[in-house]
Amino acid sequence: MTNILLIAFTISLIYIGMANRLYTYISAIAFQGVILFGVAFIELIEINTLNLILVLLETIVFKTILIPMFLNYVIKRNKITREAEPFLTNFVSVVIITGIILGSFLMSNTIHDTHLRKIFFVVALSALFTGLYIIITRRKIITHVMGFLVIENGVFILSLAVGNEMPMLVNIGILLDIFVSVLLLGIFVNKIGDVLKEQDVSQLRNLKD
Amino acid sequence: MIGIYLVISLVIASMLYFFRNKTVSNILLSCFIIVQWALTIHAYNNLEIVQWVYFMPDSISVILLIVLSIIAIPAFFHSTIYFTKHPYSPREEGMYYAAMVILLAALSAAYLSNHIAITWIFVELTTLSASALIYHRRNLKTLEGTWKYVFVCSISITLVFIGILFLTIAIQQEGFKDLTYKSLLADAPVLSVFWLKLAFLFIFTGFTAKAGLVPMYTAGIDAKDKAPYPAAALFSSVLMNVGFLGIFRFYEIISRTSILPWANKIMMISGILSIFVATVYMLRVKNIKRMMAYSSVEHMGIVVLGLAAGGVGYFAAILHIVLHSLAKPAMFFQFGQIYRIYGSKSVYDVGNYFKYNITGAIVLLLAFFIITGMPPSGLFISEFMVFRSLFEAGNLWLLIIVLLLLTIIIWAFGKNVFKMLFINPIGFNDDNIEKIHPSESISQFVLFALVIYLGLNPPDMLVNLINASIINLPH
Repeated sequence: MTNILLIAFTISLIYIGMANRLYTYISAIAFQGVILFGVAFIELIEINTLNLILVLLETIVFKTILIPMFLNYVIKRNKITREAEPFLTNFVSVVIITGIILGSFLMSNTIHDTHLRKIFFVVALSALFTGLYIIITRRKIITHVMGFLVIENGVFILSLAVGNEMPMLVNIGILLDIFVSVLLLGIFVNKIGDVLKEQDVSQLRNLKD
Repeated sequence: MIGIYLVISLVIASMLYFFRNKTVSNILLSCFIIVQWALTIHAYNNLEIVQWVYFMPDSISVILLIVLSIIAIPAFFHSTIYFTKHPYSPREEGMYYAAMVILLAALSAAYLSNHIAITWIFVELTTLSASALIYHRRNLKTLEGTWKYVFVCSISITLVFIGILFLTIAIQQEGFKDLTYKSLLADAPVLSVFWLKLAFLFIFTGFTAKAGLVPMYTAGIDAKDKAPYPAAALFSSVLMNVGFLGIFRFYEIISRTSILPWANKIMMISGILSIFVATVYMLRVKNIKRMMAYSSVEHMGIVVLGLAAGGVGYFAAILHIVLHSLAKPAMFFQFGQIYRIYGSKSVYDVGNYFKYNITGAIVLLLAFFIITGMPPSGLFISEFMVFRSLFEAGNLWLLIIVLLLLTIIIWAFGKNVFKMLFINPIGFNDDNIEKIHPSESISQFVLFALVIYLGLNPPDMLVNLINASIINLPH
């Protein structure tokens, strides 16, 4: 079951690669939140109940509902145009993201380790590099935040791989999630939206030598 | 003690934010300094004793803590000057002081923690408080600086977390569960090399954002440029030290394993690239604050080279960190006076500084000699020891390249500093410029005197602490 969920997660990465509109990105991120809820539920069922409830609440309430709602709100409030405006065409993006997934898959085959379940490793690495790729190749600042959210989902999956024996690390991962999302989106809502009209990264290129 | 300290600093920070009165905030800041020194002395007297489960003062953390407590005093002093000369609303002032207190408290806790995840949490907290300081002026450019800083630091803090997860995979394989530095050091020789390599790559890359090394140095430059100068002084010294400490602690663990030569190579590449990048930008940068920030990148590069070269380089690296974090803030404090006279950060607008502020000009001249590591600067001693360690480790070509780059840096730095000191500025109206009282420069002179003294004649206490902090590294 975990495998099916993780494969669905990987497919959502490719889906983000070919998405055109910002709302598609948001629904993909919400979908990933649901998958993480499932994986966390299956994987962490043995840890103590209170901790489990915290993890599940974080995935279902924070990742799946609050952050997508917040992103929707930001887009509406700042009147961001709905296209993602990538620098490369969607076809190239899909090819590159597939390449990333294939690369992490091949890399994981070099590990000779019976303890580790490689699928976690593969999916987490793919999400990490896909997130970085999205950050690099999209023009809008809000898509940078979305790329970062994809990275965080990848990190969460990796922390689930070790979380059964050390739940503290899952909790710290959650702390990272909440802290960074609130900080980034908070700056976004309060500051960038008021100061910058067209939210294009080219407006953040004044500081240089 | 650390628990009490954290609670008191939190209380002081919130009071600074809510009671917006000059006298009250001065009293509160003095209270914080007292508590900070109490923590430092307590930590020094209780070396290697675990407090509050997750904190344990050891030699390296005590050294950095002492440096922090020294720098905190002039930082607050110059902040009060900053607010008398540049009026801001009481709310902004309160926010600034509260953020600064939280930054210092988070740094102290990050130094003292003995658990890799706890260090990580407090490093995350420094990003938050630093971003409040960078955004202090509330305009488009500071917004850009803040956004870049927060974004890059968030990504690098995520990378550190991934590194910690890989480390956890490695220790779970062997059936361990403890992530304190002490047990990690003990477990290190049996851990899987593959996971340790991955963990080192991620943790090193992540901490370079704080330490100001290639590849993630960019955000720190913008932060130091955009933050008010007393905050920039903290960023270029104590905040960079926390990044260094993160790297150092993990390097200690790596040094017990067979991948030490590989890790040394990575660090050498990062160090030499940092010096190279600093050289390239020093040649073309015209913004004084950015120039000083790139000089910090150069010094961190030297430190990492010393660490990677080994031998006498370990001692030199720690000494260099200490001296650099005393010298660089002094230069940033001096920048505040330059800005008040000329109202500009550009080298082109500043000139003939000796005519307008003789004490400040002497400080600037002295700062140039101290920071570029010319005798009698203490940085000369530590740099010389780093060079010696590079030579002894057989990296002759690397040493030659470093020396060439440093020469270019001295030339670029000197060209700008001497222009600021002696050549008349173009189109500068000196009718009603501000007279700056020499007493504002006392703290800078004291810091420079400390740099010279600690370098030429390091007291036994410092030598013992440094020797104790590198005891875990191979000899």
